[in-house]
Amino acid sequence: MAPSTSSAITLNINGEKYTLPVDHRTTLLDALRERLDLTGSKKGCDQGQCGACTVLLDGRRAVSCLQLAVAAEGRVITTIEGVADGEQLHPVQQAFLDLDGFQCGYCTPGQICSAIAVIEEHAAGWPSAATDDVRPEAGVPALGAEEIRERMSGNLCRCGAYVSIVQAVAQAAEATGTQDKEAVA
Amino acid sequence: MREFGYERAFGVSEAVALLGSAPDARFLGGGTNLVDLMKAGVERPALLVDVRELPLDGVGFTGGGGLRIGATVTNSDLAAHPEVRRHHPALAQAVLAGASGQLRNMATVGGNLLQRTRCGYFTDISKPCNKRSPGSGCPAVDGEHHNHAILGASARCIATHPSDMAVALAAFDAVISYETADGPGELPMSEFYPPVGDTPHIETALPPGALITGVTLPPSPVAAHSRYRKVRERASYAFAIGSIAAALDVRDGVVREVRLALGAVASRPWRARAAEQALIGGPANAEAFAAAADAELAAAEPLPDNGYKVTLMRSLVVAVLTELTEEVSR
Repeated sequence: MAPSTSSAITLNINGEKYTLPVDHRTTLLDALRERLDLTGSKKGCDQGQCGACTVLLDGRRAVSCLQLAVAAEGRVITTIEGVADGEQLHPVQQAFLDLDGFQCGYCTPGQICSAIAVIEEHAAGWPSAATDDVRPEAGVPALGAEEIRERMSGNLCRCGAYVSIVQAVAQAAEATGTQDKEAVA
Repeated sequence: MREFGYERAFGVSEAVALLGSAPDARFLGGGTNLVDLMKAGVERPALLVDVRELPLDGVGFTGGGGLRIGATVTNSDLAAHPEVRRHHPALAQAVLAGASGQLRNMATVGGNLLQRTRCGYFTDISKPCNKRSPGSGCPAVDGEHHNHAILGASARCIATHPSDMAVALAAFDAVISYETADGPGELPMSEFYPPVGDTPHIETALPPGALITGVTLPPSPVAAHSRYRKVRERASYAFAIGSIAAALDVRDGVVREVRLALGAVASRPWRARAAEQALIGGPANAEAFAAAADAELAAAEPLPDNGYKVTLMRSLVVAVLTELTEEVSR
């Protein structure tokens, strides 16, 4: 017997449960945008190369365009619509506003979701490709411009607002208390 | 995209049985390559067996002091693991050099080993490709091949293997464990990826229906002094045009032990055994490193547009071994 090609699934998004039938071919990005009216996550390349669709899965950043919706059942999904605390913007959102970390804004939801995770990954001691010595005894360097550029390289900005984006991520890291103030300067 | 069934497995034997339950079934790990190829029409599975929740997500010591890495460990967790960074820094560096933070969070070790070439002809179903459609031809030989193989290629296929992680695993003599309906098995990295020959569509030596369950790194003191260096066409988030995983032990200016593997030069991670043999017992200096690189690259067969890789790989061997010599001499 041919396997069923659709399923009824329940997705946990921004603290709410959504139950919907999906064709298995549906990506999480398309489920969010086309089925659940959560259009903050953007479709750029739809092949995992631009980062505009970045969301958090179980607290870790992921591209929702390569994540099948059916395979996201049971995971805690946070989209750009869920990062603020009520009317209180997330420190990364505030920093992007303060420092003009965007021009057209299309890549911004993905940039912000990615940056939230970058700050947490760095605070957890994860090295990056910009880290000279990855051995744990060496520690991880401060979240300076070089580390931010490497860690944010999965988010493209066709307007080229990178200079302000890097500053915004650095300011947000400082605001969330994970960053030594002098290290950013 | 072809319609497909979806099953989530929670045990290894369950996953293997599910895969055998339907023709054209594929295991789904992070999906970063498979889902992309399904969108492109290159992969057309009838059933996906989701293995992401299998209990294979640990990294720990083996009895003999090696490291055992589960197949569903994400690239991120592998690269962040303190024991990997301490004992096999080139492996952590290789993983960190690949893809983006988002993709490393999704991608798994098992899937990384099985990822497909990024040759543009392979991923474009309107073009012939002996790997995708055996016997249809290889347009890359006379076409766009500036990032194709210079070692071990055949007239049938000149595609390169895209994995950074696998280059480090090749240098460290990793062993791949798998499970089939008939029981478990193992393959050393040296046998995991067969030569291209006339069968570029056969990419691994895994038996049909096998599920990769983990990777074992044997104990290797020299691996603590290792580096991965990747050259690409932009500063980050791009596939290699050449890469190297190297480990070196030098005493009194003499090479005691060395491991070298090259990436983006062949259909598989290229263990540079000729270079290793040239180096053992000899002086640890730039002349000897260059001579060793030449010994390995003597077999290179560059095409009109990828000859730069011979020069690039020679430079990489000399540069990284020189840096490691300085590190171990400190």
